[in-house]
Amino acid sequence: MPDTVRHYLFIAVPLLVVLAVAPSVYNNHLLLFNFVIFFILAQGVNIIYGFTGYLPFGYVGFFGAGAYGFAIMVMHLNAPAPLAVLVGGAVAVVLGLILTPLLRLSGAYFSIANLAAALAVLHLIANPALEQITKGPYGVALNGTFNPTMAYAGGILILALTLGIVVYLKNSSFGLALQAVREDSFSASMSGVSVVRMRTIAWRASALVAGLAGGVFAWYVSVFYPDNVFSADFSIFAIVFALFGGVATISGPLIGVIILYGIYNLIGFTTPQYFQLIYGLLIMALVLFLPAGLVSLATRRGWNVP
Amino acid sequence: MLYPLIAGVLFGLYFSLVGIGLNLVFGVMRIVNLAHGDFLMLGAFVAFGIYTVAGLDPLVGIPIAFALFCIAGLLLYWVLVPRLQRARDPEMLSFILFFGFSQVIEALTTIVFGTSERSIPSRELANSLAGVRAAIFGGEPTNGPFRLLGLSFPASWVVAATVSVIAIGCVYLYLYRTRLGTLTRAVMSRRDEAIATGINVDRVSAAAFGIGLGLAAVAGVFAPFMFGSFTPAFGIDATVTSFVVVVLGSLGNPLGTALGGIVYGVSYMIVQTYLSSWADLLPYVLLIAILLLRPSGLLGRRVRVA
Repeated sequence: MPDTVRHYLFIAVPLLVVLAVAPSVYNNHLLLFNFVIFFILAQGVNIIYGFTGYLPFGYVGFFGAGAYGFAIMVMHLNAPAPLAVLVGGAVAVVLGLILTPLLRLSGAYFSIANLAAALAVLHLIANPALEQITKGPYGVALNGTFNPTMAYAGGILILALTLGIVVYLKNSSFGLALQAVREDSFSASMSGVSVVRMRTIAWRASALVAGLAGGVFAWYVSVFYPDNVFSADFSIFAIVFALFGGVATISGPLIGVIILYGIYNLIGFTTPQYFQLIYGLLIMALVLFLPAGLVSLATRRGWNVP
Repeated sequence: MLYPLIAGVLFGLYFSLVGIGLNLVFGVMRIVNLAHGDFLMLGAFVAFGIYTVAGLDPLVGIPIAFALFCIAGLLLYWVLVPRLQRARDPEMLSFILFFGFSQVIEALTTIVFGTSERSIPSRELANSLAGVRAAIFGGEPTNGPFRLLGLSFPASWVVAATVSVIAIGCVYLYLYRTRLGTLTRAVMSRRDEAIATGINVDRVSAAAFGIGLGLAAVAGVFAPFMFGSFTPAFGIDATVTSFVVVVLGSLGNPLGTALGGIVYGVSYMIVQTYLSSWADLLPYVLLIAILLLRPSGLLGRRVRVA
């Protein structure tokens, strides 16, 4: 059996099936939906950071842009929700196109510029001067499209798309070329890899999934403020989840979300500052002792982790 | 027009002090200290403690904060940095590590002090110097607003700007007139060659880290006066602003940071006066623009393009 099929059969399909049947056996639907969102975002970070080495500290910019793309389509054009979600994804891709020049920056400069870009988009949308279009800082309420069941289904479809992209990257020559660019862009270009084109494609793919996730998030919650959908927590959680599990793998980010987001939901709401403390210590320990993520415990022993 | 210009210069000098510690740490170690703003916040708590508990002039906090955080920085360096630099991608992982660290600081401060906003009456700053001021400028020994060119500015701004100029001067002397400073500049410009010539890079970096945190804490002493109030959570905004200032100037050049601070301060004050709803957007747009148009900063020579 080729690896691609095995990855679909044993990782992607079981996860999607479990998530699809979970709402009928478990009552906290919002929690399940958040899991879906974080699965998507962690894999989105995986696409750009795991395979190209660019750490998108302002990843939430795409998510928020997607959410507002959805909101504006629904508020001003009365678009049906699924179409508006697609437009949300398109808005994020356009934002990704605008921000493509950032890929010229290396290392920390890219991350800082990306963080600044996300904050710039937030302040643009939350600007009271644009209240006519975006409702400014007062938030949007989209009662007309409120339908959590459909939105949840949409989320699972987007997760399927995201997993498809990651499985493809993991098993294709395209993904291999990307990782070659990450390791040594100069040698990769010498071997005939088109460095710039590779990076921009991965960048747009990761923008697309975040934008779609933002759109479906807006559909699900239907009432939100700029600070909610542009909360730096989304970027940081997604990055930490992906790193905790291990990037450039299919299963790593998923494991990271299950463990860390699980812990978050167990203790995060009752005592936020103690959670913050534990969380911070966990992140520090991760970087200092396990910089390649949980999966490195297995890869170190020579096991192959998909 | 004159008022925003002068206020901008005063604020800008203060912002250079805010950014200069970050400049040192990033320039020497290629480490992104995302917890920079949290050290500012802790410095503010030192000033607050000195004012409320001991009843002294917050200016007394400057040497205390500097010494305290210099030592803390030296210790932290040895705990965190050598381990971090053994990882595969230290520049990116430092983001995550110091993000975790900033979470820990924020959580601990919240647990100890609570989340309420604190402030210190601005006339308390430099109250003890009122006599000196009267001797120099004449008039009554009070601590009222300063009059400059017929406009009046809060005394705390002038004091903060003065201390900033002194601190930047000290950094300049350290870098260009002492042996350790010369070694520091060597490590900044070519790390591997510095190692090859037998410079003890760890010692140089530890000193830079300590001084960097010390300066952040000194800047923090003035934070309650410059920003009006402070909370345990104000660290991240301060960090982003510091990055803008540092990148605007250039890395490894304290005079560049001073220039960056002034450019930032003046443009902030001008936007604030004429287009106030867009002022929040300014630091981010400025940061992205400068990174893309002149990646080496206003006074820089180094290239940072991928």
